Amino acid sequence: MKKCLVAMAGVGLLLGAVCANATPEDDRLKLVAYFKNKYPDIKVEVSIHGALAFDPDAMSQYRSIMEFPPFLDQLDKGEKLWKTPLKSGKSYADCLPNGGKQIAGNYPQYDEARAKVVTLEDVLNECRKANGEEPYAYGDPKTMGLLDAYMRTLSDGMRMNIRVEGTGALKAYEDGKKTFYSRSGQLNFSCGSCHVVAAGNRLRSEILSPLLGQATHWPVFRGGDTLVTLQKRYEGCHRSTRHEPDKAGSARYNNLEYFHAYMSNGLEMKAAVYRK
Amino acid sequence: MRHRAIAGLLAALLASTAFAAESGKDIVFNRSQGNCLACHGLPTQPDAEQTGNSGPPLIAMQARFPDKAVMRAKIWDAGASNPETIMPPIGKHQVLTEEEIDKVVDFLYGL
Repeated sequence: MKKCLVAMAGVGLLLGAVCANATPEDDRLKLVAYFKNKYPDIKVEVSIHGALAFDPDAMSQYRSIMEFPPFLDQLDKGEKLWKTPLKSGKSYADCLPNGGKQIAGNYPQYDEARAKVVTLEDVLNECRKANGEEPYAYGDPKTMGLLDAYMRTLSDGMRMNIRVEGTGALKAYEDGKKTFYSRSGQLNFSCGSCHVVAAGNRLRSEILSPLLGQATHWPVFRGGDTLVTLQKRYEGCHRSTRHEPDKAGSARYNNLEYFHAYMSNGLEMKAAVYRK
Repeated sequence: MRHRAIAGLLAALLASTAFAAESGKDIVFNRSQGNCLACHGLPTQPDAEQTGNSGPPLIAMQARFPDKAVMRAKIWDAGASNPETIMPPIGKHQVLTEEEIDKVVDFLYGL
């Protein structure tokens, strides 16, 4: 007996039967089919560019800005943070698999031993703590943001590769999915209201980016120089839709990122990009 | 005497501000009130700029809603008649007051 989540009824019907016992891969394939049907002219691979995929002029502006990005000095600062040895003498590269290269697509991961989702930023903070440093505030663009922006460039070109295996992992994924599709707040929007149902439409003059591919290009530099990490964006999205935002790094946001990233599985990643 | 003049001036200013804030059109256009333009185009209003397209354009409302109360009910809680809608429940969730909704309805009904 399939048990559908009532909270998802709104977008659920559009996506076909989104049921609690659908596997993450079922969810992803349904989403891909939904966008293919909604926008047959936009290739799935192009959806990594978010709203830009719907606007050729904005895409060409993006390409010219990315030839000489205005945020290169910030990436340099991030590189310096990355390369500066921690108090123990060890480096971040020592804490991460493969020296931190081509790994971002494997995060978030579900940690069985600790029974929780671990983001790549969690691993950086754990590395700091293990090597005599204070953890960074997750949402701080001057520390975690810069470090994150540089470190993730080491995974450019990698394809998203999130795994959801085991009951604990599935529970965390379902929790993230529920956060994404549950309608709440004064405006009664879910994340899916704008990024699934209305994706590709304009909100005032801004095109709403689709869920598919959305998690592949972070952090972004909005306006060319304002660094925004993925979970900082969750905060902003929640605020502007009159929800109660969490702080970046909360368990709810980590689960949301787990689901969100899974939906982009197989798509190419690129860090530190320009966005409007 | 002087105080009375200042008080009178203040009252007049307040009244004019209140009047401006309370026109149906202003409520529809204002981003912190109705912000209807975020999703709806207003094709007959040349000053409606940068309108969104997530909802249907607001035009010929009398023809579309012969019963004005039905249109008001849509604005108050669109989900009651269409659970799929993403339109916020403007009245039910007190995005606008009942009086403000009446003004919005009057304005939209003339489009």
